[in-house]
Amino acid sequence: MSHRLETHGRLIDRASTVKFTFNGKWLRGHLGDTLASALLANDRMLVGRSFKYHRPRGIVASGGEEPNALVNLGKGDRHEPNQRVTTTELFHDLRATSQNHWPSLEFDVGAINASLSRFLPAGFYYKTFMFPRAFWKHVFEPVIRQSAGLGSAPHPETRDPDRYEHFYAHVDMVVAGGGIAGLISALAAGRAGKRVLLVEQNAHWGGRAPVDGDVIDGKPAGEWVKDAVEQLEKMENVTLRLRTQLSGVYDHGYALAYERISDHLGEEGAPRHRLWRIRAGQIISATGAIERPLSFPGNDKPGVMLASAVRDYIVNYGVTPGDRIVVVTNNDDGYRTALAAHEAGVGVACVVDPRPEVTGALPEQVRALGVPIHAGSAISKVKGLKRVVSVRVQPYAEDDGSYEEISCDAVAMSGGWSPVVHLWSHCGGKLNWDEAQACFSPDPDRPPTNQNGEGFVTCVGAAAGGLRGDVAAASVAARLSALGIDAPAIPVDTPDEAPLAPVWVMPVYAGAKKRSKMWLDFQNDVKVSDVMLAAQEGYESVEHTKRYTTLGMATDQGKLSNINGLAVLAEALDKGIPQVGTTTFRPPYTPISMGAIAGEARGEIFQPLRRTPIHAWHEEQGAYMEPVGHWRRPYCFPQGSESHEDAVKREINATRNSLGLLDASTLGKIIVKGPDAPKFMDMLYTNMMSSLKPGKCRYGLMCNENGFLMDDGVVVRLDEDTFLCHTTSGGADHVHAHMEDWLQCEWWDWQVYTANVTEQWAQIAVVGPNARKLLEKLGGMDVSKDALAFMEMAEGKLGGFDARVFRISFSGELSYEIAVPASQGRAFWDALHEAGAEWNATPYGTEALHVMRAEKGFIMIGDETDGTVIPQDLGLNWAISKKKEDFLGKRGQERTYLASEDRWQLVGLESLDGSVLPDGSYCVARGFNANGQTNVQGRVTSTYYSPTLERGIAMGLVHKGPERMGETVEFNTVDGGRVQAKIVSPVFFDPEGEKQNV
Amino acid sequence: MSNAVSALQGAEAHGFAIVKEAGLVGMVTLKTDLGAAATKKAVKSAIGLDMPEARRMTGEGLGKGVAWMAPDEVLILCDHAEAYHVVAELSKALAKSHHLAVNVSDARAVFTIEAPDVREVLGKLTPADLGSLQPGEMRRSRLAQVAGAFWLKDNGHATVICFRSVAQYVFDLLKTASKEGGEPGYY
Repeated sequence: MSHRLETHGRLIDRASTVKFTFNGKWLRGHLGDTLASALLANDRMLVGRSFKYHRPRGIVASGGEEPNALVNLGKGDRHEPNQRVTTTELFHDLRATSQNHWPSLEFDVGAINASLSRFLPAGFYYKTFMFPRAFWKHVFEPVIRQSAGLGSAPHPETRDPDRYEHFYAHVDMVVAGGGIAGLISALAAGRAGKRVLLVEQNAHWGGRAPVDGDVIDGKPAGEWVKDAVEQLEKMENVTLRLRTQLSGVYDHGYALAYERISDHLGEEGAPRHRLWRIRAGQIISATGAIERPLSFPGNDKPGVMLASAVRDYIVNYGVTPGDRIVVVTNNDDGYRTALAAHEAGVGVACVVDPRPEVTGALPEQVRALGVPIHAGSAISKVKGLKRVVSVRVQPYAEDDGSYEEISCDAVAMSGGWSPVVHLWSHCGGKLNWDEAQACFSPDPDRPPTNQNGEGFVTCVGAAAGGLRGDVAAASVAARLSALGIDAPAIPVDTPDEAPLAPVWVMPVYAGAKKRSKMWLDFQNDVKVSDVMLAAQEGYESVEHTKRYTTLGMATDQGKLSNINGLAVLAEALDKGIPQVGTTTFRPPYTPISMGAIAGEARGEIFQPLRRTPIHAWHEEQGAYMEPVGHWRRPYCFPQGSESHEDAVKREINATRNSLGLLDASTLGKIIVKGPDAPKFMDMLYTNMMSSLKPGKCRYGLMCNENGFLMDDGVVVRLDEDTFLCHTTSGGADHVHAHMEDWLQCEWWDWQVYTANVTEQWAQIAVVGPNARKLLEKLGGMDVSKDALAFMEMAEGKLGGFDARVFRISFSGELSYEIAVPASQGRAFWDALHEAGAEWNATPYGTEALHVMRAEKGFIMIGDETDGTVIPQDLGLNWAISKKKEDFLGKRGQERTYLASEDRWQLVGLESLDGSVLPDGSYCVARGFNANGQTNVQGRVTSTYYSPTLERGIAMGLVHKGPERMGETVEFNTVDGGRVQAKIVSPVFFDPEGEKQNV
Repeated sequence: MSNAVSALQGAEAHGFAIVKEAGLVGMVTLKTDLGAAATKKAVKSAIGLDMPEARRMTGEGLGKGVAWMAPDEVLILCDHAEAYHVVAELSKALAKSHHLAVNVSDARAVFTIEAPDVREVLGKLTPADLGSLQPGEMRRSRLAQVAGAFWLKDNGHATVICFRSVAQYVFDLLKTASKEGGEPGYY
């Protein structure tokens, strides 16, 4: 059984007790434990079920590469699935539950899949769910959805109570990995005066060296690490972070690091995670190596672990997975586990080694302890269901019929080591196949390159391919000197190791049945037999095989399975491993939380919300707000229990009959000034702006260079060389950028300056027959018809406010738009309401604005336009200058398709029954198109109930519409019906403009 | 003008940093040939300060300062009530040169941050390299999802300018970034 040892455990505090629960049962561990070591200390070998066959799963590894031991962590709002027990530090009251089983971990109905495994081969989904076609929607998809996923997803209404943040750091060098190589790198760069950030994903410095017993610079690894960290902490130019993983490397030296600030504290206060957004001159990947499993039958059973993990648990946490361990290894390093176990008083039944001769220094030490070594042997069977009971040892290469049953309760396997090349590979660093060590190593001559074509990632230590301590340490000095940084050569004493045997399947002669028990991907249940089947079925590319078999597609992204899988594929295809190649390494290295990605962007600050100076008033009045770009504008102001519809009617009637007030502050306002401003304005707008007199206003249209209508608004000439361009609310930033684009890129020699002053001004529309009376009551400016005619502007003091008064109308009423400095906006709005009370001054929202403009046949960008509409389609030919030599869009509009008479054009539409036409409804034509769809000849662009006319009115684009006045056409409805409507003029109300011109 | 109020009317937040809205601040954008003698003279006469070097500012900052914004643009900081006069003076002095002087005081909101190291707050929101930012250097950048400009008086004091419409958003950002317990401990 797995249990806590009396000795060892350099990372735990034996004096402490930490209580936690697993599947509801209270257990105890120590401070310093991971959830994995604490579970093992409590003899919890079985921690989960695999994805496909629901096989019993135990802990395999001791770090982020763990494929099996994923749990649901926390409860309620803090519930989080798929958390690795190996990287979860134990804290008081931690609550974990196991995943992917029903009804219980011990008895799982889904395990029946295992006995059906011959019906669930590689490519099962592709083979099974194709036919019959109709089954997909009603049978296959629901079943797959039901059985998909490992942990349970949080409830959709769950709101994460924790806070997260980003942090930007600019450094000369970021070092990923706080093992020996990382520490040497940081020390060297720190001494060279570089700004250094050293991050380590675990809670401890030093990596594997303290466990593996390396002697560094004459000191035991643990001591050397302590000294190194002390030195680094004294350097002001070096920042050290534990629990921080360099998760991804991106172009141009950009990197993301994922810091788990308070996960291990189990309490609130600090942010939970912080995502570091790093700009680094150089990224040092000191990420070490990951041990590979061996593929033997039954290698997935609880109790079969990586050899390195077994000694990690013994040395670091004083926990052993068993009392009698079998070590199976194809290399000398695996013998370290036998030595560590023996030293801790844990029985080692034997070492199984496929190599015919085993003579290295480490094996000799093991032999000297009296531990039997079975050279030239393999494990051919593992007995036991929910934990290992015994293994069968047989010859590795040839079956001579002999075998030996060896009882044991844990198996430590080592298939050699693979450098962690992820960070090197994220941006395209290339790999070489290292025949001697049977692994892919970074090729220093083909690094990922930055904007100057220079490598910006450097691998050092084991990550560079130096899998032995002395070689790893030596690589640091060599690689850093290439970067111009002096790193001292630090001697590391480590025993000589004999070459490993590249073993991808054991025993060699295993037949189909045994191969279907050799797990490659423990989480996704991909076996040697699946990869071989894929090869047999013609899958040659490793990327295709991955997707077909799901090898390496689980949450661990194949950290343990990839190399073994592609080696098996290479063998099946009779190709070399380098010819088969690897799949793509993509960030993040291990999953990072969604919260960290979102950072601060949640709740109130999920996205910026733009507020006018009068915004608070609208909210106080209970206005129903609608988004307009990032602005929120009042749609209407319902009173009491009034419906939105009724509110809109009331607002329109009050405005048309007396006085309405609109907060138009969101309207874009751009100043264009300079000697060449008139020329520039003539290019920007389709109509002539250079002829506008100072103090006058003109409605203008702006097109893009393709001729499509982009924005519209009233242009005011403030003085000889200054124009004020009003734009749509949503279009201000875009129009300003458009102007600067042309000025900076095309007409750079024109003397024109622009400034976006949208927010400098609060703008209020005072609208209705009593508008003038209100302004006269406020006093200070002459706003009479003669002094301020339609389409004129004046500047002055209005009721004590600094005001620009524009006599313009978007409603067809007598109307003034008054701009005051934003700081005075709210006070001015209040003053208008106070003074306007005698005329029942009524605030109106965007819907009333829309209805009133539609009654007048005024177009709205975004309703009548959609990026494919030209001004001519909207009957706005009058606003397109014939005299100008050029303007943006002119040539575009001359293209045959746009210049054609045969286009959908703007008309008014009156339903015969007075109803409101459905929004977006199509005008149907005779017959069907090639797809069997009804032919159409137009569509509704704006449609409203008009309280003024007491009927539905609409505008729409209809094929040659203006030529068809009076004709009745049909529009479709959502429920399949038809509505008849008459084509009329788009100006429904006051076509002569008498109301606005008083 | 007694009717005039700033966007957040002096709102404050206290965490490991103190964030305050600075109230009404006068600001004038001047676009013109910054190297011209006439420009230097006009700025000197309007606000009494020299033209700053690229990315730098002259003067004390809020209330009186000239900040370089672009090769052809400076931002003049003055009293809120003075901004109109500054515009008028510049326009008069530069009447013969191509220029644009415009009052943008009300288009903006301004915040001050005080902390043991304000870069610990700003570093969560702006991708700018704060490690190499010099005191008195005007930095145009972004704060999370909106445009923002800022400068440090020293590492303990920063001033942030944003657009008025997003004043609440930026205040909430700064408040969130300076919550107790969230010190990155980097600077």
